[in-house]
Amino acid sequence: VTYACRVDDVPLGEGRALMLGDRRIAIFRSAGGWYALDAVCPHRGGPLEDGIVCDRAVICPLHERRFDLASGAALSGGDGVVAHAVEVRGERVFVVLAGHQQRAA
Amino acid sequence: MSGAIVIVGGGIAGQSVCEEIRLRDPSVPITLVCGEASAPYDRVRLSEILVSGEDPQTLQLRPAEWYDDHDVTLMVGRTVTWVDAQRGVLGLDDVGELQFDRLVLATGSQPLMPPIPGIDLAGVHPFRGPADCEAIRSAAATGDIERAAVIGGGLLGLEAARGIAAQGCAVTVVHLLDRLMERQLDAGASALLGPALAGLDIDVELERNTQQIIGPERAHGLRFTDGSELRADLVVVSIGIRPETTLARAMGVVCDRGIIVDDAMRTSIPGVLAVGECAQHRGLVYGLVAPIHDQARVAAATLASQEAIYGGSVPSAKLKVAGIDLVCAGEAVGEYEAVVTDAATGVYRKLTVRDGRVVGTVLLGDTRGAESLVAAVRAHDLVDNPLQALADASLAGPADLPDSAQICDCNGVCKGQLVAAVMDGGCATPREVMAVTRAGTGCGSCRPAVFEIVAAATGGLSDEPAYLCPCRKQTRERLAARIRDEGMQSVSEVAAACGTGRECGVCKPALAYLVSEVCANTHREERDARFINDRVHANIQRDGTFSVVPRMYGGVTTPAELRRIADVAEKYEVPLVKVTGGQRLDLLGVRKQDLPDIWRELDMPSGHAYAKAVRTVKTCVGTEFCRFGLGDAIGLGIEMEKLWEGLHTPHKVKSGVSGCPRNCAEATVKDIGCVAVEGGWQVRAGGAAGGNVREADILATVETRGEALRVATTFLQYYRENADYKERTYDFIPRIGLEKVREIVLGEQTGAALRERLRIAKAAVKDPWLERDDPYHPRQFGDLDTPPDGPADAGEPTLVGPPAGGAR
Repeated sequence: VTYACRVDDVPLGEGRALMLGDRRIAIFRSAGGWYALDAVCPHRGGPLEDGIVCDRAVICPLHERRFDLASGAALSGGDGVVAHAVEVRGERVFVVLAGHQQRAA
Repeated sequence: MSGAIVIVGGGIAGQSVCEEIRLRDPSVPITLVCGEASAPYDRVRLSEILVSGEDPQTLQLRPAEWYDDHDVTLMVGRTVTWVDAQRGVLGLDDVGELQFDRLVLATGSQPLMPPIPGIDLAGVHPFRGPADCEAIRSAAATGDIERAAVIGGGLLGLEAARGIAAQGCAVTVVHLLDRLMERQLDAGASALLGPALAGLDIDVELERNTQQIIGPERAHGLRFTDGSELRADLVVVSIGIRPETTLARAMGVVCDRGIIVDDAMRTSIPGVLAVGECAQHRGLVYGLVAPIHDQARVAAATLASQEAIYGGSVPSAKLKVAGIDLVCAGEAVGEYEAVVTDAATGVYRKLTVRDGRVVGTVLLGDTRGAESLVAAVRAHDLVDNPLQALADASLAGPADLPDSAQICDCNGVCKGQLVAAVMDGGCATPREVMAVTRAGTGCGSCRPAVFEIVAAATGGLSDEPAYLCPCRKQTRERLAARIRDEGMQSVSEVAAACGTGRECGVCKPALAYLVSEVCANTHREERDARFINDRVHANIQRDGTFSVVPRMYGGVTTPAELRRIADVAEKYEVPLVKVTGGQRLDLLGVRKQDLPDIWRELDMPSGHAYAKAVRTVKTCVGTEFCRFGLGDAIGLGIEMEKLWEGLHTPHKVKSGVSGCPRNCAEATVKDIGCVAVEGGWQVRAGGAAGGNVREADILATVETRGEALRVATTFLQYYRENADYKERTYDFIPRIGLEKVREIVLGEQTGAALRERLRIAKAAVKDPWLERDDPYHPRQFGDLDTPPDGPADAGEPTLVGPPAGGAR
């Protein structure tokens, strides 16, 4: 479990990224809860934290690839990304990093 | 599958084998050893880089993370120097060793360099890798070179010549035989290819056998066997390839021209396979990309102990030279040939038939129906009347294409996927199909084809409205009415009331615009509904950095502004400063967290180059200085830009004002354009100069500059209120009908009402770059930092951005 940020650090409905170890992780604060994904779009490396978040998905800002927030699965074809569990304790947000291989299809 | 697999060679073949193995087995250990310094890239598209000068990085087949994600060990810049197949060990650069159970040789080929005097001189290049590409391009672009020569008139040689000509350098292709591309073309097509190349400033000399490259220190020309000479300071050699078999021979694999493989892609040594340009199958070495993928599939199946047979491939090729349409497949010469040719227009279409079956096609100058004809060659379709088949193919619309035909080249969408979106996906309109498949959402040039295919699949285009939100089937008109009637002020209110903007998210930015437009910019802004560009007021680039374009009304600037821009560019180490097509200065490669400081130091308003908004008004110098000027183009342009500045629109609006009909500001291909004519101004709208070119319609010809400004402004507001989101003016006007647009825009009462609403909307506009001192969130421009691992009471994160040049 790794501390990531404070609740107020991410505007509602948006994402922000940070390096955790050697990985860039995007943390999303959607109306439906908190989510974390590997931040680099497998298509062309777009920054997923800058994408538009809807109820269940984030849309990469570069070429509109869509990824399920909870599983990281690619909703518009292609490769998915690794999803990580998020725990919110009070004002603090933590990420449980998943392994590199735990990528959704 | 069991046992570690090592793939030697990181070209298209190596990558393809790697991907095909992973499709069949997610866990078998794979190591991909690349001799070149970069991860596998798309060599086929090198010639595009030669023309455009783009970074070869853009050719990368997969981003670096792909290898991590797929558990593939990627070694770049490493050479396999020996292999002991018996022990299952290989040596890397004579220093490291690597164990394997199975080995795939994908060593590719080397460019063939003829052993003639002078071949080693400076200024002589093969055309094979990114380094050759860069060397050729920079040499051709210097201007010091009087003429370049390309030895070899095959596919690659012609593409290289085109790349050189594109740099403005004179170029001659010298070819040994009496016709170009003799492997793919017959004499008839080849004869027409010469004139087509001449039209692109590429000279061709046939039957030229180069004996020597003239030196002494560097290349200065070619001497041919007949004694004649050609002056050339840059020489590109492209006479063919030689399969790279050095390693295979050294390890004892049986080779001929290439590494000999059977129908399962196995070599003479058990557990060792070969794929791609290094392999020789049934006596043939393939130097084209499609067979490589076929071979890779079979090799991967063999490795997975599945039954698979490679029976050879029908070669097909497409010349990637802008300005020449050429597609060929199969045999160029056959026992029966149907040919349609028109030398005057450079059209040559041919179908080759053997035993009543289609075995080849050559299409030059008119490639209509190429997808279906190439498919027929591959399938060896039976054909009764080849001439009729040629004619039918040229008339065939997209709806007649086979499912495998690729329609959208930008997103790689085939016809079958479009049809499936209708049949299985429940899509009823082209827009829905485009939203689901992403076809037509790149450059947009395939949209007519997408429309036609969807129309055929749905049994005729329905009159179903264009939905702003396809998943909730809500139209813009309906949503606008509800927003107005119920006094809604934000996207989330609309989402709660109508269910839009929630599920697919695609309609969020559209709703954000609609709410702002209906509320005349007094809406409650919710940034999460905006695209990243509109959250940070800059244009996101391919690497996640941003571009900054300050406002310069009418393209007019001052020494003081230029000085500030220069200072900012230096201070923030802006990688690229570029003059845009809209007469502005663009600072590219800016980090997100630097944006507020840069805006503050520029002290200029936003140019809105990132938004669906009024962009630039391009002007010529007009009457100010130009001796031909009829009207004050700069004056009108600045007036338009100041009056419209900051207004968001359904799609971007690019404008122009020309001071005379010579039209130096290209106003006739702008969304809104004014052209001074004798006695007044012509006001136009709906022009395009992108994927398609459309001359703008004339809304009115008026006598004064004030009237021109009024008509143009009225049209702008009409467009703002009535266009669908992402509908450019050039689609909007044909949809509404020019007569109706004129009637409303020029109508006294309707026009006045539109102008009044624009005035109200404009009154609420603020310069978004002022958010530098008043951000909507403390982290509007920042990311989260790297927190320490550990307990919950870890320190407060501080505001930092992505690592410079990091993994974004």
